[in-house]
Amino acid sequence: VGARGMATLKDIETRLKSVKNIKKITSSMKMVSAAKFTRAEKALKPARVYGAGAASLYEKNEFAEGDDKLVVAISSDRGLCGGVHSGLGRSLKATHAEKAIEKCIIVGDKARLILMKTMSDSFLATFNNVGKKPASFTDALDISEEIISHDYETVDVIYNNFVNVVSYNAQTKHIPSLHTVEANDAIFSYDEVDTEVLRCYQEFTLANVVHHCLKEQEASEQSARMNAMENATRNAGEMIDKLTLQYNRTRQAVITRELIEIISGANALE
Amino acid sequence: IRSMALCQRALATEASGVTFPLTFSNPYKAIHHNSPVKQVDIPSTTGHFGILPNHVPTIAILVPGVVAIHTESGDVHKYFVSSGTATIHADASVQILAEEICEASDIDVTAARAGLEAAQSKLTAASLESDKAIAQIEIDVYQSMIATA
Repeated sequence: VGARGMATLKDIETRLKSVKNIKKITSSMKMVSAAKFTRAEKALKPARVYGAGAASLYEKNEFAEGDDKLVVAISSDRGLCGGVHSGLGRSLKATHAEKAIEKCIIVGDKARLILMKTMSDSFLATFNNVGKKPASFTDALDISEEIISHDYETVDVIYNNFVNVVSYNAQTKHIPSLHTVEANDAIFSYDEVDTEVLRCYQEFTLANVVHHCLKEQEASEQSARMNAMENATRNAGEMIDKLTLQYNRTRQAVITRELIEIISGANALE
Repeated sequence: IRSMALCQRALATEASGVTFPLTFSNPYKAIHHNSPVKQVDIPSTTGHFGILPNHVPTIAILVPGVVAIHTESGDVHKYFVSSGTATIHADASVQILAEEICEASDIDVTAARAGLEAAQSKLTAASLESDKAIAQIEIDVYQSMIATA
């Protein structure tokens, strides 16, 4: 006789099996993320030196931040990584609410899905197949080639800056366009600068900064996924404990009931 | 006297007239990060030139060639770079960023020569202007690599 309202032994057994499977999956995902994270963190160190060197021209000199902005959102295709993509989406939507974003380039399907409803008219280009393999400099070159094919005054690159294993935050890097740099007097304190040199310099520097942002995003994402899977594994473990207790109690209750039936049946025969 | 010593230590990584801080890196490996060096020679589009402390601020585009770094201790390290940028700021810090960097000692001359021959035959076989330009760039790179080793 199946107890009404209370889960039968079979139901608990099925649920227990599925949670155990989930725990195995999240645990292995955590290990994979941990390995990818170690690699990403190692690659981040030289990328930071490289990115800081590249951005030094814009940091040591004041270039006017133009109004005509092109936003580049760096995320990836894969989820299950905590608040990495949604944090980026939230920060972009807040910016869009203050002052409408007219041009944006999206790197990664997750950001595209989050921003599609509100900002799809301002999408200039989207990149996917991001996140499976570590980003290379060639990817940064492809993205910056797309960026410079459009008109703008400043590029705002939004990404997740890696702080440490348990924290990251959304940040923006501002890179002025070739015209903005040329129009600014500060550039003429540098000797022997002509348009051709400046153009090559700007293109290369843009790729360098994009590369740095891609690496920061990678490290943030892998560490977030590692933490998310760790939490999921722990929660699954707790659930398994609770379910096991419930299973045992139910099993004992079934046995007790059967015993009572047998004994009362035997009594009734006497 | 103590405050002077502190000042000297504080200024150690700024140009002290003898050295300047150099950052020399590619996207995957940072060889120098604000390290004090005496002199750097770079191959640029406007010619091969050397950078000493307090060089006039400038930006330059690198061509494939040798970057020679003269360290504080007097050693000279040579690296082959593929291309990149060099920035010298008013505060005398220098950033040299290259797409590919390899130590001059790591260059395999035989492989470079084989690559040069392949590139030369590619140039003669090329019909499109862009293919010819690509083959010519390959030839330049291999020739300067062989010259470096």
